[in-house]
Amino acid sequence: MALASPGARQRPLSPHLLQWRWHVTMAMSIFMRVAGGATYVGLFLVAGWALALVSGREAYDDYMGLLGSIPGKVVLFGFTVAVFLHLAGGVRHLLWDLGKGYSKEAASLSAWASIVFAIVASIGVWVIAGLTGAL
Amino acid sequence: MSGKASDSAYRTPLGRARGLGSAKSGVGRFIGERVTSVALLFLVIWGVWSAIALARGGYDDAVQWLGSPVNAVLLLLLAVVGFYHMRVGMAVIIEDYIGKPTTRALLLIANAFVCWGAMALTVVCLLKVALAGGGS
Repeated sequence: MALASPGARQRPLSPHLLQWRWHVTMAMSIFMRVAGGATYVGLFLVAGWALALVSGREAYDDYMGLLGSIPGKVVLFGFTVAVFLHLAGGVRHLLWDLGKGYSKEAASLSAWASIVFAIVASIGVWVIAGLTGAL
Repeated sequence: MSGKASDSAYRTPLGRARGLGSAKSGVGRFIGERVTSVALLFLVIWGVWSAIALARGGYDDAVQWLGSPVNAVLLLLLAVVGFYHMRVGMAVIIEDYIGKPTTRALLLIANAFVCWGAMALTVVCLLKVALAGGGS
């Protein structure tokens, strides 16, 4: 990676990740990336659903049974949290692209809002699913 | 202005020697990631809502659900736009963390294969059920 050659000018470096005091914006930045990775895996569950559906009744029932099991539900709940966190973080990024929300206060507030939204929306979706007989 | 910028400590000696500015490509991918994120904002909320409805029913309900053109189109869009967004996002992560050129290139290619492959598979499966209905 280094382009350093003899006589190259000393260029500025930022401190290592571990040198910083934790802040919510830093946590949200990492969560955003991790959640993106999780939804990467999660979209294969949707692809699997399409594959199970085209494979027929038996395969579909097996697949839905797997997703409906306790480990399946845990994975799906994690997928839900990851989707909502990445969605809220995405809105944040779009606002930044519009040039808005760059102040320290706004960035911290939107980071907290994203985290709270992800938790509340995920629980809300699962409560609605439970109340409407989807679980 | 530009003369001053080129003397900045942030420019590498190599960059000054070559006199090149931006890579002149890649903006399309950056914009593509944003445009797909706007589309996914709506598609994902619809997708979560649909998942609850689908979890309530069985095989016949799912086949019937996908037989509706609106559902078929929106789910196809969710898959196509989602797999595209996923490929671009993972490419950024690979480029951020993998410095070794060969490893990086192989991972980027693998990522593209996986995403395009999964997208094609999903689209064909969905279309077959949407257009031809379910089996027995």
